[in-house]
Amino acid sequence: MMVQTLEKGTAKQMVASSIVYDTQKLNLWYGNHHALKNIDLQIKENEVTAIIGPSGCGKSTYIKTLNRMVELVPTVKTSGAILYRERNIFDANYGVEELRTKVGMVFQKPNPFPKSIYDNIAYGPRIHGIKNKKVLDEIVEKSLRGAAIWEEVKDRLTTNAYSLSGGQQQRICIARCLAIEPDVILMDEPTSALDPISTLKVEELIQELKQDYSIIIVTHNMQQAARISDKTAFFLNGEVVEFDKTDVIFSTPEDNRTEDYISGRFG
Amino acid sequence: MGQKHSADKLSVQELIQNSSGKKQRKIIEKMIPIILLLIASVSVLTTFGIVGTLIVETVIFFKEVKIPDFLFGTEWYPFANTEQLFGILPLIVGTLKVTAIAVVVAVPFGIASAIFLSEYATDKSRRIIKPVLEVLAGVPTIVYGFFALTFVTPLLQQFIPDLKIFNALSPGIVVGVMILPMIASLSEDAMSSVPNSIREGALAMGSTKLEVALKVVLPAALSGITASVVLAVSRAIGETMIVSLAGGSTPKFDLNITESIQTMTAYIVQVSSGDAGYGTTIYYSIYAVGFTLFLFTLLMNYLAHVISKKYREEY
Repeated sequence: MMVQTLEKGTAKQMVASSIVYDTQKLNLWYGNHHALKNIDLQIKENEVTAIIGPSGCGKSTYIKTLNRMVELVPTVKTSGAILYRERNIFDANYGVEELRTKVGMVFQKPNPFPKSIYDNIAYGPRIHGIKNKKVLDEIVEKSLRGAAIWEEVKDRLTTNAYSLSGGQQQRICIARCLAIEPDVILMDEPTSALDPISTLKVEELIQELKQDYSIIIVTHNMQQAARISDKTAFFLNGEVVEFDKTDVIFSTPEDNRTEDYISGRFG
Repeated sequence: MGQKHSADKLSVQELIQNSSGKKQRKIIEKMIPIILLLIASVSVLTTFGIVGTLIVETVIFFKEVKIPDFLFGTEWYPFANTEQLFGILPLIVGTLKVTAIAVVVAVPFGIASAIFLSEYATDKSRRIIKPVLEVLAGVPTIVYGFFALTFVTPLLQQFIPDLKIFNALSPGIVVGVMILPMIASLSEDAMSSVPNSIREGALAMGSTKLEVALKVVLPAALSGITASVVLAVSRAIGETMIVSLAGGSTPKFDLNITESIQTMTAYIVQVSSGDAGYGTTIYYSIYAVGFTLFLFTLLMNYLAHVISKKYREEY
């Protein structure tokens, strides 16, 4: 890989090695509706990238394109490329299962499986072929600890995950995601269905997860973006208006529309 | 507010106040629940009537035949000239043979169809396939019976030369085909009601579609699927025409499925269509058999109810 990148020039090499996702001229249509327009975004390793913007701006669509979940909508068409670790995820021979094993996702509404807490966490490792009970036990404990919920559930791993509160369910979903040790975690408004205290816990968790994972989070809560992210992308009508360090976006944005949005003039 | 109607200078509220028919509305409103209750009680009373008749005639039967002889007797010879024997076990075994074969046929095919319809079929193909499947449920059972006797049995005889014209296998398979749409349709309903967010969660972990179907959706819908199977079993137990036509009329207490059998329902048909005189033991025996059959299906329906209630999944 070093040799390959050296040919492209040393300056680029520094950047290329730490880039997780490189989105190039991405366009996406739902039928005739042009939802994403010429998106160019580079997302770096071990950073929290926040995506903000008003409803319908394409931020959820974008994050769901990163693990190709958007293709569950039958009318979707895309053009352009998204390079994940330098490989185009739209390549015909790139299996979605392979991609999604590397890129985990946490959804807007907690969606644990109607199974025990243990089986929820063990689901991912199991489908990917890990059967050893001891290994699974270790993974379950490590993942639940990683999602800061081990202490709360360690005595009732066999109870149904739906007996937990909404905030706990969401942390179970995060733990489920951690169980296969992905490279990237996508979060689609993970706290929008949670109360303030649960939200705080999840936000703290994101800060910790940053050490080991690259996180891309969609949020319509601007304070949240300001609190937890390193970079922020502002989406409007399917376009990226501005993408920069979070403190720059929130203090001295270049574009007037960004300033209008973050100061609450619309959205 | 308070705006006068241009024509007669009355507001809408005043027009409502002055309208006639207010009394009528009140009377109708009071009568309706009584009328509806009477209508509803017709079906409830009918049920009680049927159960009552069954019990009364069954009690008369048990004055002539001892209950243990009926319940544990392994020989059923009601038409014997010398000594009549009324041991119901051969009839129950006949019924269970047919039911078991039907379940073996219907459960795998029914659940596989449900998985296809719920997880794989596009909206368009589902809209075509589901009604077609449900047409199967609308075929009169007498047609199924002829199908078993004149098509399935000869076909099976190609592979099993020992198979008798009347046997348990052929009607069992055809009863299975009859209850298949019920299992498929009810299981599909149960699987479709599993929220998509749960499927998405599984897909986002890198699951294949089959893994989502088998390891997430199927367990989540298990209570509905089990209830559908139990209801289908209940129908198989009560099925009459297919077994009367293709099963034969030889009550036997064994596990052979290639020879003629008799089920509880088929016995009732045999006696009802024959000339058993009113007041004979044979006449009363059909009530005792009917009552046994009723208990079986009642138990099954109750089981389905308990299962779907107890194991109802919360999402």
